Amino acid sequence: MRHILSVLVNDQPRVLARVANLLGRRNFNIESISVGESEEPGLSRMVIVTNGDERTMEQVQKQLHKLIDVIKIQDLNEHSAVERELLLIKVGAGPATRMEVSGIVEPFRASVVDVGPHSLMVQATGERSKLDALIELLRPYGIKEVARTGVTALPRGTAKTPVPAGS
Amino acid sequence: MAQRLAMPVKEKTQTGQSHQEFTGSEILLRCLIEEGVEVVFGYPGGAVLPIYDSLYHGALKHLLARHEQGAIHAADGYARATGKAGVVIATSGPGATNLVTGIANAQMDSIPLVCITGNVAQHLIGTDAFQEADITGITMPITKHSYLVTDVKDLPRVVKESFYIATSGRPGPVLIDIPKDVSNARAAYRYPDRVHIRGYQPKTDPHPLQVNRLHQAIREAEKPLILAGGGVVTSGAEKELIAFAEKAHIPVTTTLMGLGGFPGQHPLWLGMPGMHGTYAANNALLECDLLIGIGARFDDRVTMGRLDKFATGAKIVHIDIDPAEIGKNVDTYIPLVGDVKQSLSAALDTVPRAHSDIWVERVQTWFREKPFTFRDSDEVLKPQWVIRHLYESTGGDAVVTTDVGQHQMWVAQYFPFARPRSFITSGGLGTMGFGFPAALGAQLAHPDATVISVTGDGGFQMTSQELAVASLANIPVKVAVINNQCLGMVRQWQEVFYKKRYSEVDLADSPDFVKLAESYGVKAWKAENKEEAARVWSEALSHPGPAVVDFRVAPEENVYPMVAPGSGLDEMIMGEEDE
Ligand SMILES: Cc1ncc(C[n+]2csc(CCOP(=O)(O)OP(=O)(O)O)c2C)c(N)n1
Repeated sequence: MRHILSVLVNDQPRVLARVANLLGRRNFNIESISVGESEEPGLSRMVIVTNGDERTMEQVQKQLHKLIDVIKIQDLNEHSAVERELLLIKVGAGPATRMEVSGIVEPFRASVVDVGPHSLMVQATGERSKLDALIELLRPYGIKEVARTGVTALPRGTAKTPVPAGS
Repeated sequence: MAQRLAMPVKEKTQTGQSHQEFTGSEILLRCLIEEGVEVVFGYPGGAVLPIYDSLYHGALKHLLARHEQGAIHAADGYARATGKAGVVIATSGPGATNLVTGIANAQMDSIPLVCITGNVAQHLIGTDAFQEADITGITMPITKHSYLVTDVKDLPRVVKESFYIATSGRPGPVLIDIPKDVSNARAAYRYPDRVHIRGYQPKTDPHPLQVNRLHQAIREAEKPLILAGGGVVTSGAEKELIAFAEKAHIPVTTTLMGLGGFPGQHPLWLGMPGMHGTYAANNALLECDLLIGIGARFDDRVTMGRLDKFATGAKIVHIDIDPAEIGKNVDTYIPLVGDVKQSLSAALDTVPRAHSDIWVERVQTWFREKPFTFRDSDEVLKPQWVIRHLYESTGGDAVVTTDVGQHQMWVAQYFPFARPRSFITSGGLGTMGFGFPAALGAQLAHPDATVISVTGDGGFQMTSQELAVASLANIPVKVAVINNQCLGMVRQWQEVFYKKRYSEVDLADSPDFVKLAESYGVKAWKAENKEEAARVWSEALSHPGPAVVDFRVAPEENVYPMVAPGSGLDEMIMGEEDE
């Protein structure tokens, strides 16, 4: 089963390497890792999308906890969470097809962010499945390049658990 | 030895307050002394010149190994003998990479080490500078934690944290990489008196609810068994374990790492389980209805990786300080996360007595009637006899280190250890070359103890250069080379699993170990039969300095019983009986 883990880590050099190294070494599967600042100075939030049965997920969390730089781990599958990813995609589109592509993009609340003589760049955000669907619709026009950020996520509303003080 | 710290002092008065400044390497030295470090093992080089310069005053005892691997194994042996962190220093690049095996070895067996490496100056890091190696990167998977110090002001905190992390919770090696410019930079020195690491709070006391469940499970059990591992030794829980096992009336099997954690003379002891374990321990594992794992990790030399044949009828209780061990290899019915000593203490007062009389009698009969066996000889020296003789000649009152291979298993089988930390072996990584330098470390920790390094003719040659250290520092380790003129354990596998196609296991052209030892100034003897063996061994024991005895043993001897990889514990190949 797919799980999204939100991992609060010390913003130390190599912390991403430590986490990625651990997951790789223990043969855990990684779909994506994204990392950036968190609400607290000195801490980063890493969002890891991974796959595994219950036992594997328990091991992933326990092994991550052994890293000194890992402060807190939340499995967002246990909460209602907002999950987003940013997609940039460059598709082939000359003057004749530009309008068509714009039409496809619109219902996805995506936008055209760059126009070249033979291509368009589209920016979209959303859940992974939505972005996958958009890519499929654009495929017939010729996909030139794709860049995705990987998933980031936060639990909804009251689900936010503060970092325990002094722990 | 207790010389005064004669260190340069620089006054600083900007703040109106005068305080001394020290170089990074002086600060490091002060931190180590503050931590109560008695001895460091190491090897100098360019990037640690400032550190070695600060050692010049002799304020801290330093042992110059002949290879960084020797230094780190010695530090490891010191740590295993004492429970304190072992400290090793190596230079950048090749010095640091020579530590890698020793770091992995310590990590696998949860041994506290603080490994200090020099690195090139920070402006050179990342440029493939001379003797640059990314040692924090290289050792990331084999350290409990690591630091690359970028500011001399961080050094005291880093050292304090390193010792704390290395020795607390589930212990392990911590690496501190110090670029040369940091060693040379100056700062005021103040050693922190507390550590606060937000992401690191090992849980040591067990949950009372789980303790109650454990009691209930014992109450219901008729065939309970304790599987005690290295965690018992690490947490110093031997007394609690004895009391617990006696009160609950539960037999105990100790893993390789757990040997000595429960006395090998105790009537409830069943010996070691697993690949080369006792019939009693393995059968008890097959048949028990309650299995209490205590500071043991259910690794594949115990379970044989055949969980379908491992304690299948048992409820499994797992007591361990590392939550990640619980449920990693076996499904756990009752998890008890906590320090072993604290957990057993918490469980001890009200632990019920299991209804285990019939069972205990049965397993004791197995233990009595199916001991380890070998066919003894008066013509040739049998390795098993030698190990038994080491035991009898010392009354078991010795610290014994082993290397890796057949002799290691024979020590585990024929030398019943009575005390924790008296058996020192490379369990998890199985590192040849470990045993002899580890014995040097153990002897430094216990100058008055009899320390025996039982080693193979193969493994001894991996770190025998440390004879120089034994000789120069007069460290009176007794080396018992179990010389079967081959890589015995590999030869055994080739015999049993590869139709005797002996491939690259012949060591008949090894150097003469007596001459080798003598060339280092170490006294040495050779023994080819029982009579000689007994005589020269007693000479070696009474010799005040280091000694080597080359026991020429029968080369074709195998370690039995044996469970072949892929087989279950029910498929033990038993050894030959004595006639
Ligand atoms: C560094 C290292 N290399 C290789 C091995 C694989 N290995 C395990 S046991 C063994 C043979 C050891 O021979 P020896 O030291 O003579 O001891 P014996 O088995 O004969 O007692 C070998 C090569 C190892 N454990 N460690």
